[in-house]
Amino acid sequence: MTGGGAGPTLVLVVAVGVLVASGVSLLLERSLTRILLGVILLSNGVNLLILLSGRSGAAPVVGAAPGGTLSDALPQAMVLTAIVITFGFTAFLLAVSYRSWYLTGDDEVPDDIEDRQIVRQAERNEVTTADLGGEGPDADPEQVDPEPPRRRPRRGDGPG
Amino acid sequence: MPLPVVVPLLGAALTLLLSNRPWLQRSVSVACLCTTLAVAVALLVQAYRHGPVVVQVGGWPAPVGIVLVADQLAALMLVVSSAVTLCVLLYSVGQGQGETRETAPLTIYHPTYLVLTAGVTNAFLAGDLFNLYVGFEILLAASFVLITLGGTETRIRTGSTYVVVSILSSMIFLAAVGLVYAATGTLNLAQLAQRLDGLPDGVRLSLQLMLLLAFGVKAAVFPLSAWLPDSYPTAPAPVTAVFAGLLTKVGVYAIIRIETLLFPGGQVAGLLMVVAGLTMVIGILGAVAQSDMKRLFSFTLVSHIGYMIFGVALSTVAGLSGAIFYVVHHITIQTTLFLVAGLVEERAGSTDLRRLGGLAQVAPLLGVLFFVPAMNLAGVPPFSGFLGKLGLLQAGVAAGGPLPGVLVAAGAATSLLTLYVASRVWNIAFWRAPRLATAQPAVRLPALMVGATVALVVFGLVLTVAAGPLFDVTADAAADLRQRTPYVRAVLPDDAP
Repeated sequence: MTGGGAGPTLVLVVAVGVLVASGVSLLLERSLTRILLGVILLSNGVNLLILLSGRSGAAPVVGAAPGGTLSDALPQAMVLTAIVITFGFTAFLLAVSYRSWYLTGDDEVPDDIEDRQIVRQAERNEVTTADLGGEGPDADPEQVDPEPPRRRPRRGDGPG
Repeated sequence: MPLPVVVPLLGAALTLLLSNRPWLQRSVSVACLCTTLAVAVALLVQAYRHGPVVVQVGGWPAPVGIVLVADQLAALMLVVSSAVTLCVLLYSVGQGQGETRETAPLTIYHPTYLVLTAGVTNAFLAGDLFNLYVGFEILLAASFVLITLGGTETRIRTGSTYVVVSILSSMIFLAAVGLVYAATGTLNLAQLAQRLDGLPDGVRLSLQLMLLLAFGVKAAVFPLSAWLPDSYPTAPAPVTAVFAGLLTKVGVYAIIRIETLLFPGGQVAGLLMVVAGLTMVIGILGAVAQSDMKRLFSFTLVSHIGYMIFGVALSTVAGLSGAIFYVVHHITIQTTLFLVAGLVEERAGSTDLRRLGGLAQVAPLLGVLFFVPAMNLAGVPPFSGFLGKLGLLQAGVAAGGPLPGVLVAAGAATSLLTLYVASRVWNIAFWRAPRLATAQPAVRLPALMVGATVALVVFGLVLTVAAGPLFDVTADAAADLRQRTPYVRAVLPDDAP
């Protein structure tokens, strides 16, 4: 805390902890909607943390209260900026997750190409042939690394 | 002085309005970036001759208001980044990016690109921690749009990983900003430099680690780098090029800044060295296993971040100077290589090594354009990559001790492996007999694309020729960074020690 004034209340500190913890655990999910909820909780937790970093007190308007009892205005200004930024990111992530559902009927984030290649090679007990420049069994990448089949709903179906 | 930030932002607004007049839009973008480059050069000259240039935006004095500071490091990064963004913009104009094409059906490319530039310059010039955060967010928001450009399935898949990881690192950064403010009551970098010294060691260390964690994700330092090789390659070639050149380097710049200005003394030097070594070796081993040019270069990108972190970890003047030189070199070379990969894709329809072959015969100019920067990256004398690595390794040897010794060995091994990777791409894609993909009828590459790539290759060669004067500038910048007083005195003229 900066200088005197009242310290942060335990309730708020615990709230930050709970928000961040649940946000992080949601972030570990594979579905983009849950990740989105995780981002929202996490960002609210962090914003609360910033708010806690300044001194608490009366509204920071000159003349509203005696000089020493005003709250710190700077974290409030910062948290406003941070809220706007996270709002934008949330909207973008929502758009990505909608687009993902629109394209594939699912908003899960699939494995990347590398993982799929390694899994396939492990299943067939193959050796990678990157060095041979395509002389090996995986000569044509589009034949051997197809995207995994997906359910493609008609437009209008709900995501659930 | 605030021009490098303001001009691209205004340009972004203007290009958004002009979105149905492609020619006007392009000329506005190019004019904006030319202005930025000119201002950046002027700032570098000013900073080199007279010390850091400081502007108090809005007229509020330093610890209260927002300051933009261009010391030699910031100005140098600004010059290189504006030059590179300008070349990439010309390249994308040549490619027709942002026009109505299947891959990019929208006219938002130019505005977003300019916003990205504004974010990068803002991050370089930021004089306080929160402004640095805002700079990062501006460039991230723009990069989100660029990486999912067109919204195809693969771009959405890789983009969502990138978006989530970036948001998470921003959250860590933001939490660190809040904690720094709680501990010190200021966010002005110069004032922090004075106040952080008075904190208890434990608090100081945890703040430092949190900031390093946030910047480490952005710079793609090894345990935090897994997102990069997956997300970069699917974006359009110019986007990948500018991301690879600049975004990770903004993270490296932030690490250099906080390690020298806020937390000098090398409390975590050991940790940084271990991480740097792992980044180098594991990154390059990843590149060895790749069979796609773009993915392969993404791994070399991760790997060579290790060199810069090594220089920072040494925290001697020679080490820092080497790191700064390496950042300048690497921005240029890595961008060039991705642009060449884009040209290969344009010419042969693929960047997959299993489908390429005989390009040196079919397109000799492309061969030269690939060969020079690839050898430069690998550190073959006399190119700038060699000089940068030499500078870093000499600094490592001069530092002495077992850990820097191991790092020097790892650096040399990484350099050799990079040479192996580069020559493998050369042998397969350019040297062997033409394959199916390359045998298709010749496509004429747009002159502007080739021209922009040639310009960057030449810029890389200029770095080699002008390495002497450049090393003078970086050594000077490093000395200033180590002293700290020039920066602090420039921002807070009244109460500098």
